[in-house]
Formats: sequence, structure tokens, C-alpha cells
Amino acid sequence: MKIIIPELSLVVLVGVSGSGKSTFARRHFKPTEILSSDHCRALVSDDENNQAATGDAFDLLHYIARKRLVAGKLAVVDATNVQAESRKPLVALARECHCLPVAIVLNLPERLAHDRNKNRPDRAFGPHVVRQQAQQLRRSLRNLQREGFRHIHILNTPEEVDAASVGREPLWNNLRHERGPFDIVGDIHGCYDELALLLRALGYAVDETAHTLVPPSGRKLVFLGDLVDRGPKTPDILRLAMNAVASGAALCVPGNHDVKLMRKLRGRDVQINHGLADSLAQLSSESEEFRIRVADFIDDLVSHYVLDEGRLVVAHAGMKQSMQGRGSGAVREFALFGETTGETDEFGLPIRYNWAAEYRGPAMVVYGHTPVPEPEWLNRTINIDTGCVFGGKLTALRYPENEIVSVPALHAYAEPRKPFLPEAASAPSSPSLSAQQQHDDILDLADVTGKRLVSTRLHGNVTIRQENAAAALEVMSRFAANPKWLIHLPPTMSPSETSGVPGLLEHPAEAFAYYRHAGVPRVICEEKHMGSRAIVIVCRDKNAALKTFGITDEGIGICHTRTGRRFFDDPKLETAFLDRVHAAATAAGYWDEFQTTWFCLDCELMPWSAKAQELLKQQYASVGAAASASLAAETSALELAAAHGLDVAELLSRTTGRRQMVADYVAAYRRYCWPVHSVDDYKLAPFHLLATEGKAHTDKPHDWHMETLARLANAAAGGILIATPHRVIDVTDPASEADGIRWWEELTSRGGEGMVVKPLEFIAKGRRGLIQPAVKCRGREYLRIIYGPEYTAPENLARLRSRGLQAKRSLALREFALGIESLERFVRKEPLRRVHEAVFGVLALESEPVDPRL
Amino acid sequence: MLITLTTTHHPATDLGYLLRKNPTRPQSFELTFGKAHVFYPEATSERCIAALLVEVDPVALVRNRRNPSGAGGALEQYVNDRPYAASSFLSVAIAEVFGSALSGSSKERPELVETPIPLQVVLAAVPSRGGEAFLHRLFEPLGYAITVTRLPLDETFPEWDESFCYRVELAATLPLRQLLSHLYVLVPVLDNDKHYWVGDDEVGKLMRRGEGWLAAHPEREIITRRYLKHQRSLVDDALAQITNGDEPPPDANAADHALEEDAIERPISLNEQRLGSVLSAMKASGASRVLDLGCGEGRLLQLLLKEKQFTEIIGMDVSHRALEIAGERLRLDRLPAMQKERIRILHGSLIYRDERLAGYDAAAVVEVIEHLDPPRRAAFERILFECARPATIVLTTPNSEYNVKWETLPAGKFRHRDHRFEWTRAEFQSWANTTAARAGYTARFLPVGPEDAVVGAPTQMAVFTRT
Repeated sequence: MKIIIPELSLVVLVGVSGSGKSTFARRHFKPTEILSSDHCRALVSDDENNQAATGDAFDLLHYIARKRLVAGKLAVVDATNVQAESRKPLVALARECHCLPVAIVLNLPERLAHDRNKNRPDRAFGPHVVRQQAQQLRRSLRNLQREGFRHIHILNTPEEVDAASVGREPLWNNLRHERGPFDIVGDIHGCYDELALLLRALGYAVDETAHTLVPPSGRKLVFLGDLVDRGPKTPDILRLAMNAVASGAALCVPGNHDVKLMRKLRGRDVQINHGLADSLAQLSSESEEFRIRVADFIDDLVSHYVLDEGRLVVAHAGMKQSMQGRGSGAVREFALFGETTGETDEFGLPIRYNWAAEYRGPAMVVYGHTPVPEPEWLNRTINIDTGCVFGGKLTALRYPENEIVSVPALHAYAEPRKPFLPEAASAPSSPSLSAQQQHDDILDLADVTGKRLVSTRLHGNVTIRQENAAAALEVMSRFAANPKWLIHLPPTMSPSETSGVPGLLEHPAEAFAYYRHAGVPRVICEEKHMGSRAIVIVCRDKNAALKTFGITDEGIGICHTRTGRRFFDDPKLETAFLDRVHAAATAAGYWDEFQTTWFCLDCELMPWSAKAQELLKQQYASVGAAASASLAAETSALELAAAHGLDVAELLSRTTGRRQMVADYVAAYRRYCWPVHSVDDYKLAPFHLLATEGKAHTDKPHDWHMETLARLANAAAGGILIATPHRVIDVTDPASEADGIRWWEELTSRGGEGMVVKPLEFIAKGRRGLIQPAVKCRGREYLRIIYGPEYTAPENLARLRSRGLQAKRSLALREFALGIESLERFVRKEPLRRVHEAVFGVLALESEPVDPRL
Repeated sequence: MLITLTTTHHPATDLGYLLRKNPTRPQSFELTFGKAHVFYPEATSERCIAALLVEVDPVALVRNRRNPSGAGGALEQYVNDRPYAASSFLSVAIAEVFGSALSGSSKERPELVETPIPLQVVLAAVPSRGGEAFLHRLFEPLGYAITVTRLPLDETFPEWDESFCYRVELAATLPLRQLLSHLYVLVPVLDNDKHYWVGDDEVGKLMRRGEGWLAAHPEREIITRRYLKHQRSLVDDALAQITNGDEPPPDANAADHALEEDAIERPISLNEQRLGSVLSAMKASGASRVLDLGCGEGRLLQLLLKEKQFTEIIGMDVSHRALEIAGERLRLDRLPAMQKERIRILHGSLIYRDERLAGYDAAAVVEVIEHLDPPRRAAFERILFECARPATIVLTTPNSEYNVKWETLPAGKFRHRDHRFEWTRAEFQSWANTTAARAGYTARFLPVGPEDAVVGAPTQMAVFTRT
């Protein structure tokens, strides 16, 4: 006997002790699929036969079974299950997880079980136990169907048991192998003429009288249900749909109207309302045979389909993640009606539960059912019922292009109970937030806290640890700007390997060697400006800020720090600053060149003292003040002692040397400080044009970024923007390398911070994956404010040379990957939580303990 | 760092016997964190100056992990005033180098040990975050004449104002032993930052060195607290790391800022009245399951826990550090089981939707809203009124009109540095009424604290009731 079970089901074995359930299970199922009550007893009590542990054992068994079913895995319950009350929770569990309960009954002669148990020393219970179980089993047989088992298989003899095999079949809704491309059409409601127009617009050949269609090559049509009612030509639609489905040119899922019509045609007592009368009148002139075919067609429709390897789900009223690809009465109800809250609105219509707002699934869900004026994306779902029959339009979604194609209704054939089109009198296309943007007004804590894995295109899954997420939550909540502005946080950057050159910690030779060894022939050296890292977003106007970022009343852009904090506390100053950058973009022709209404720059904003004022005062200047005063006093005391003839020469000379180093240190930080009175005192040095509409410019080499941004800087008035001096170096040519080194020496001998060396390509990969996107070589004097005033003393430098870069480099790669990920997700117009996930990840990683001086 | 001790006792060179260091011979001593040098810039029978010069090894300071307890993660480790300013290192050096003088033994001049002699001390650089006044409060009760000179922060940038570092001169006539004990305890107290301690028995040392004077010192509480400075938590370190480079760690001075606000409002014990008013409103609502959103260090939670009416109490805050303190304050790990079941504290944020907060009867949101940037307020409103949606919301915020009444608050300043705004009564009521109407609540308003006929009460409170 061949037992066929659905691939996702809860298989309940039923049989007395000793009937061979475990043996049967082992023969037909994977060990991980089998949940044995004996095994669970052992797990909780160390004894398979400990009847006192039965309660806990079944708790455990049900718990594991639920986890498996939720994860979409089949589970087999190996327990006697001869009593109705032990089967009841299993049926309930299967229903809860929207999968089918299957009973396989081993209904063997009692004697057989007695004999087997006799040979098993651990089964010391008397024969009366099995006798009682057998009675219960016999009573159960006729009730299984009523208890809710959809598939019941009874094996009555040992021979039948031996001969049995178990086969699994996919659910009807599983069409994952159908890869499309698809054209998905929303609620038609008898609007045959509009459908024909729409299909032609989609490139289908339609024969309206023969009710046939031919798709453009390789494409397939998907009807989202509600073919019938209200409109003028329901029978034509049905003919076309039936032919197309029969020929394999189309798929169709049922709508609630279709199902109600089918029930009426099958003679059931249903209320004739909501346009059903129109369908019945139109069908009355058709043959009885046609009406039967229609009923059969609708009856055979599958509630929803999972297509394209699970990437696409289609259903009339939508499908939440926990139900996708499953089969149960509840799944079918959801597919037809969605979920309602139980309340009704002022039009007497049920208030729908907005499942799409909470949708987090990876599959795109395309649905209809409720008319909307415009199809709108929300969390990878889209409703394309644009109310054609009510005078709206008929809409199709082209998949995977995600392109919307609509034709307007030729007439309003019916009056909606609730108006769904915006009133003509309302403000002419006044801009407003999209559904997704409104939804994105608030982010969910559950999307950022705890241990998380963020998948990135560049670097696989990046792990965010819980304590780092907690630290990021605090910073993000208390200090960060509106998350809608935060589409990128810059990654940390590692220095070059430690140099062996006397008196130096860092030198370009190591940076060049790093890239040469990684297989990168050409690098770009960019002067490192000592300011604060800043991300600047500028929109063409407030309307663009609203449309692209969903931001209202927060100006045309933002300038934020690497922790997402607004750079300027004074909104007027920020506006003046952004206006300057905006004017530069206009003068440089950016808007047309990039076909964009916004852009995002990665920059250094100077002076350092503008943002780091407190830090400078509290730390850098304080150390300078204390050190100068203390060393001056020490020097005079020592000089006095020397004048009195004490031998303190060595100490005095060392102290004098320390005093000089402190003076150099003070000079070093002073270089990066100048007072800021107005917007004119700021300098912005952009070095990456990160993104514009539809594009993250990470596919362009760095010399393109330099050249493009130099044009922006040159177009800027008042010198607020500065182009970054740079050199392209061939690291396979010693002469070219020497040029690079000479340039670095020039820069740093003037007290400059140093330079950043990057592979010429923005994203460089080597044998072992991603290569450092940038490596910094900092100057000797600058490093005093990193390693302390006296770091250049030979005994200090010698010890500082031992520093490990590995943690920093690993962090830099992970942050880089997350930063690019957030940009790419943003330009793909993914929901904010997806962008925010990656941005939040960078902030969380920043709290990982890494030597802060690197 | 440098300290000089001068005496005009006759013969002044007896100082050498008391310190047990020969005035004619400079000496050096190895310490775990560097070197100490003792020499005498001047040694005549009229005047004797002993100098203790401590060279702290700045690299070992960072590299030697077991040393600086309590040091925060950030840059400040290398760029650090520890090698220069008087700190706990100086105390350790005094104990190591002048140990016998500190414990009061002298082979050659035993009679001088307890004899008051004229002494003058100069500390070249002393950090005092409590300002000049604090220096006076610490040393004057002990009988010192004190001269304080504030060091300029950086003469190139006069607009940066002065540093918190001082040159300090102390003069008094007292036994050397006592003077050294005073310095041993008070120098780290002044510093109040990143103590360097080698031993575990710091309480014992404090008792020993403070014997005979600490108990009577009017500032003994703050001296004890700062001397035994607590350690920082992992999350604090993580926070410091995030902001490294651009900004000071967000909570580096949080406690100080809270104290500032407290000090402004203290004259009328506003905080108590505020918590009392909130508690009354919560009780009057009939709520049994309640939230304290932005519970901070848990003062309101303590009050809620005492009321049997509240069967389930959730405290939430965005600051991990504040929650740790709340946990200690409430003795969460020692509460009896029945009490413990009633209360939970959660780390969370009021600008992220949090399903853990849904379905409660009442929420207190005390002095929270003014800490949110106005652009984030929309999210806050939706999370509070739409997502958490308790039947009653009790919300307080400062009344900015009242600020003119605070004597210590400069005009135009907020009460707390982290306040992003402060509302007048009209502004607050307009916001509350609009928000209530939109979300299906009604709002009523109550003053908290003494009400002034013109400017109203210092704190304003709204009680929102779901309709």
C-alpha cells in the first residue's frame, strides 16, 4: 500500500504498545522527523518508561512538534495515540500551524503486541494494558475523520505494514518551480473590455470572440481573483480565464466573489448582493453545462500560489508569512477575505486588519480585494486592485520588473459602498507621504535589539552582538537624527601596518605593499583632512525630501556625524550650510547629470574644533595645560637644584625634552582648531559621492569620485567646498611609489594629518574576499594627539610599534559592507527598517572594543 | 607631576630627617607605574624645599591592563593628564617614597614627628572638577591657608575659557605626618577620575589615613564617595567607544548634570513633589498594571512598588547605566519572590515601537519628553498614544516660564544640559490637547510645586485619559 502524505504535515502514528510504530517510523521517516514519547520521557527523566514523566514528556514533544511545523518541517508523533484526548492537542497544533494532520493506524492483532512485549524486559506491564489500549484504538477508528484528520491510513495486518511505503507530495499551492516572468492582474469584476485593453498593453495577443490569449514569449498571466460580479461581462471573463488556465497560459487564484458565485451555482443558499445578481443574470443566458464548468473551475482553484522559488506569493486578499505555502481552512479564509478586526466602519464594512503593515517575510506578496486609488508598496507587499469596476482602473504588475501597467475604466459600472478615489475637489496632487513612508514613521524595537545577523551583498552575514545593539539603541535614541535621514554611516578605517622607519609609526610604504600583496596594482592617495567625518544629504527641494526620504518640515537635507547625530545644533546655520552645498550642486549641473533630486556625500567637515569643541577643551587642551604647567615647574625646580650643585643633569635634560614634546603636541592640536562664527568659517571636503536617485556610486573608481567632486567644489561659491588633493600611484612601479611617499612626506612635514590610500576601485576583492576599502597613513606630529604628547620618545615608540591591526581591519570590512548595504537598500527603495537595520549595525559595531588609536 | 614641601622650621634641614631623604643626594625610586625622584632645590637651615617629581610611564599606563581600574575605553588613555596632573599616582608615590614619614616614624628626629612645624606645599597642577570652591571646602576646614591659581586652557584660544586645572599652594603649621595624610586622601578626591590603586583594601587605607580628621570633616561624605570611586560597566565602555573621537561619552558627566538640575530645583524639593503628584494621579486612575517610561534610576518605581494597588510594574529606560542603578536601588535581586514578580525593568526606547509595552492600564512619563529632539517627537507620540496606548498617561515636563524664579539658573538656559527644549504652559497644553484629540484621549492639567501667580508652577503635568 502506498501512503501519500502532504510534504508538510503532522503525522500521528496510532497503535498499541508493541504494535511496531517505532520500527515503522524508522523505516519511512528521517530520525530528526520522529518525535517519540518514549524518547521524550527519557529526556526529561532518564527513563523511557517512567509513566510519572508522561505529562512533561508530552509538553516537550508538543513543543518540538510546534517548532518543526512553524519552520515548515514535517513531524511524526511516535506515541500510542489511542485515546481521543491525546490526539486532540495534535490536531489543534496542526491547525494552528496551518498544516494537515495525518493519521497512520497500525491496527494489528492484539496477540502480536503481547508476544513482542514479552520479549522486551523494559516493558514489564501486564497484558491488561495492551488489551485496554486495543479497545480504545478500536473505538477511535470511526472517529478519526470527525476529530479532524484529513488523511487516514489504516494498516490491518503485519503483511500490510511490511508492504507499505510512504510518498510525499507537494501542496497544490507550491509552484516554486514556476519562475515566470508573470503579469499579475488585479480584481476584474466582469470588466472584459478593460481586460482586453490591459492585456494588449502588456503585449498579449487577445482574441476577444474566441476568448483566447497568447502571452508574449515566456510570460504567464496571473489572475488575482474576483473575476465576477458587478461588471457587464462576467461570462466572457470566465471563458477567457478558463481557457487560459487550461492552456497553461495563466494561473488563477479565487476571490471571495468567485467562491460565493460557485456556492450559489452549486445550489447553496447565499445572499444575493454585492453584484452577484449581475453575474447570475448574465449567466442565465448561458448553458447549464457552462455553469457547471464554471462552478467546477472555481471549486478547483487553489487559495494562493508560492512562485519563483518562494520569492513571489499571489493571493486575492493577501497572505501573511506564517500561512504562505500552507493549507488549512484558515489559510483559505485569509486568502479570500484577509483578516478583519471584528469591528465595522461608518460604511458598515468590516475593518480590515492591516497584515501588510506587520509583514516581515522575504517573499513579495501581490494581492487585491480592497480597491485603492493607486497601488502602493508596503513591506514588499502590493495591492493592485484599483477599482476598475467602480470607475478606477485595471492594473497589472509585471514581475520581476515590478512595473505597474494600468488602463482606465471605460465606465463606472458600480457604486462603491465606500468611496475609494480621492475626491476631485481635494488639493491638486498635493504631495503626501506614501503608505510605506507613513508606515516607516515608526520603527520596531524587535527589528534592532538582541543578537542579530544582517545579510550583506559584499560580506555575507554580519553578526551584531546583543550588548553592542544595546549601546547603539541608546545612542540612536538619544542623539541620532530622524532615522529616515540615516541611509549610511561611514565605516571605521585601519591604519597601515606599523612602519620600521626610525621615529615613525606609520609610513606609506606599508600601505602600498598591502595593496600590492592583495593583488591591487593601482591605488589612489587622498590627503587626509583633519576635521570630523560627516555625511551630507542635500535634496533639490522640500518636495524631494518628502518624496525620497519621507521627511517633512526638516529642511532640504542634513549634515550628520558618523554616529548619526545632527552636526549643527543651530537649524539656521544648518540651513545656510546646506543651501551653499545646494547652490554648488545646481551650478555644477548635478541634478541633470545624475537625473536626481537628491545626493549623499561622504565628507570631512572642518574645523575639527567645530564639533569636537568639548573634547578639545576637556581633553586635549586640558592635558596640554596640565602638562605645560607641571613640566615648567619641574624644570625650574631642577634648575634650582642644579644651581645648588646637585647632580640632576640627566633628569633635567629628560624633563626639558618632555617639555618640548608637550609643546609640539599643543602645536599639533592647535592646527586643527579655528574659531567658527558663521557658515563662512566651515570647510567641507567631500571625497565620495555615495548615492543619487536609483544609484549607489560604489561601482565608480575613486578617480571618478575625485573628479566629480572637484567639479562640485569648483562650482561652489565662497570656498565652502574644497577638492581633495590626490595622486594615483602604481604600486608595481617603485618610481611611482617613491612619488607617493614624497608627497606624503611633504604633507606631513607641514604638520598635515597624512593621507588615505585606497584601491582605485571603490569595492576591491581579492583571493580571500573583500580587501580593505582604505588604509590611512598618519603623520608623525598628528599622531601626538592620538598616542599622547610623548609617544616619540624612543622608549615609548619601541613599545607602541607592537600593535595588532587584525581586529580593526575585520571591523572596517564589516562596517564597510553594512554601510554599502544600507545605501543599496535605500536606493532600491526598500522599507526603512531594512535600511535602518544596516545603519544600526554600523553603530552597534562601533561599540566593539577595538584599540581606539588605530 | 611635581609636589614641593617647604619648611622654615629651624633648622629647616630637619625636613630631610623627617622624610628620611638626604638633602644633598638626589634619589630615584622605581614604582610600578614609573619613577619617583626626590631632590632638594634648596636646603639651608632657614629654608628647606623637598621636591617629589613623579614620572608616569604613559605607555605602560595603557598597556599594563591590570593597572588603571575604571579607565574608560577611549582615546584619553594615551592623551591623558595622568602623567602631569596630581592624582592618585601622587598618593601612591607619597606612600612609597615617604612611607615612614606618612606613618609617623623618624629614627633621627622622633620628637619632631608629632610637632607642628610651618609647612608650605605647592602642587604644580591639580585637577578640580568641582572648581575653586571645592578646593577651599576641602582644605580650609583642616586649617590651611590656600592660594589657588587657575591655569589657562590654551592662551591661543582665549574664548575656550579656563581649565579645571589649578596651581595650589597650601600653608599651615602642623605635623608633617598629618599633612601627608591629608594629601594622600584629598588629592584623588579632587581628581575624581580614573583612580590608580594597587591594592584591594582601599577602605582600610582610607580609614587609616583619615584617622583623627576625616570623621570631623564637613565634606566627609563626598570625600569617601569619591575616594572609593565605583567602576564602570561594560556598556558604559561600549558607549564611550562609539562616541570616541568626536564627542565626549554621552554619560560621562550625566551624574554631574543631574546634580546640576537637582541643585537648581532643590530649594523646593521639587523632585519629591513631582513624584508625589505622579503617584497620586496613577493611583487615582485605578490602574493596576503600570509603566514607568523613562524610569531612570528608579525613584518612582520605588514608590509604585510600595502601593499594593499596582500588581504589575514595568520600568523602562534607554540608559543601560541608569537601569543598573535602578536595579541596585530597588534591590531587585534580593526582593522576596512575591515582590519580584510585580516588577520588571526593561532596556528600551520611546522612539521604537515596543510590543512589550502594549496593554497596560497607566503609564508615567516623567521628565522625558524634553529630552527628545523635536523631530523625533512624532515617533514618540505614536509609540506612546497608538502602540502602547495605556488607558491613562501621566506626563510631566518643566514649565519654562518658571525658570526666571530659579536663582542659580542663568537666563535663557535650560535646567538640564540634555534638555532639547522647555515649554511654556501654553505650548505644553496646546501640544497635549492636539495630541490627545488626535489619539482619542482627553487631557487635564495640574501644576506641580509652588504655583506662582504670574509664571505658574515649576513643573507642569498632564493626565491623559483614553476616551
